[in-house]
Amino acid sequence: MAGTDPIHQFVIEDIFPIATIGGEDGLHLAFTNSALFMVATVAVISLYLILSSSGKRLIPNRVQLLSELLYEFVANMVRSSAGTEGMKFFPLVFSLFTFILVANMLGMVPYFFTVTSHIIVTFALSMLVFLTVIVYGFVKNGPKFLKLFVPAGVPGYILPIVTPIEVISFLSRPISLSVRLFGNILAGHITLKVFTGFMVTMIPLGFFGAAGSLLPLLMGIALTGLEFLVAAVQAYVFAVLTCMYLNDAIHPSH
Amino acid sequence: MAGLIVAQAQEAPAENTGETMQSETTMEVVGDELHAAEEELHEATELHGDEHATGVFPPFDPATFGSQLLWLAITFAALYLLMSRVALPQIGGILADRRGRIDADLKAAEESRQKTDAAIAAYEEALASARAKAQGIASESRDAIAADLAAKRTRVEADLAAKVNAAEAGITQTKTAALAHVDEIAAETAQAVVSQLVGDVSAEAARSAVAKVKE
Repeated sequence: MAGTDPIHQFVIEDIFPIATIGGEDGLHLAFTNSALFMVATVAVISLYLILSSSGKRLIPNRVQLLSELLYEFVANMVRSSAGTEGMKFFPLVFSLFTFILVANMLGMVPYFFTVTSHIIVTFALSMLVFLTVIVYGFVKNGPKFLKLFVPAGVPGYILPIVTPIEVISFLSRPISLSVRLFGNILAGHITLKVFTGFMVTMIPLGFFGAAGSLLPLLMGIALTGLEFLVAAVQAYVFAVLTCMYLNDAIHPSH
Repeated sequence: MAGLIVAQAQEAPAENTGETMQSETTMEVVGDELHAAEEELHEATELHGDEHATGVFPPFDPATFGSQLLWLAITFAALYLLMSRVALPQIGGILADRRGRIDADLKAAEESRQKTDAAIAAYEEALASARAKAQGIASESRDAIAADLAAKRTRVEADLAAKVNAAEAGITQTKTAALAHVDEIAAETAQAVVSQLVGDVSAEAARSAVAKVKE
């Protein structure tokens, strides 16, 4: 039954253990299948980008062109959302975008582990963005960063209502950012597995079962297309929201 | 908060395994108490030879958080360093080079265009002045030829007029001379005719007779 279990694909298995800190129930560290795919993601991105652009062709070939398009795409995203000043965060946004995109895309390969289907990974990435915003916001603007919670042009008597809302919305950013990515990837992979699992279950049920299994097959094909779209869109959404949050840190007054 | 997550985490796999496996044991689990659910789940997962070692929905299993965070930190830091130190400056350099090259080329093209424009203007100017000069020369020579022609014509005409006048004068003189001789000839002829017919007659008589006839 493990073949059609939709949860099995998210199980983390040790490839080799590293250390267990603090006894039997303590912190267990290991190189896992998740770690393997994180390494694979970084390797794919780095090797592709570095090797494809190593020729430094004035007239790019197709491989180099893809790297340049990716660069310009993210650069324009950062520049349009966070301004030219935001370009100092370009490597961060670029790393986040490519990491999530490639991790999602690798996850679409059958039997591959999807790194972003674990809340702790997406939460860590969103906390990285959140803490960057807070630290940079205070370092650059000092106490003026708190203006973020006091929208300009709002009458004084509304401020007691608006400011808590702004604070809550600010604090919920890392949660919404991480849950959005995690939820989309997790739900998509479960749905895909459930529908294609129906097919496996239906085929042995005689003629009608086998004929009816075409429906989940078609559904599976459609969902695969949708999941590729989701994989790309979620990486884009994460990157765009990161840019917008960074823009808050750079220009805290609305 | 943490307790809530754990509770959700423990319920979630129960529901999911319940839906797909449709096993009675897991269906019971959903309704059960938390501790009972955990125990039942252990049984259920063991029963199906599943690999949920802890019985928790894998994405919410805190036992794996340490390893994931460790490797995420290592890999993402490596990615960030590789991107910010190697890949992005390299690609950015290519793009900057290209932009510089395009700008330089455009500038050179603009300079060439200006040079071309200047050359065209100089050519046009030279052409215009040459044309003007040519027209000047042409009209000058035309005038000179015309003046020469007119001078020659007037000279020839004057010459011709003088000759015509001289000829006319000659004719008039000859005519008067001839007319002057007519009387003499007529008188001589009349004398000769009369002397042949009636005998001698004086030249004087003949002349007066002719004069009488003329009147």
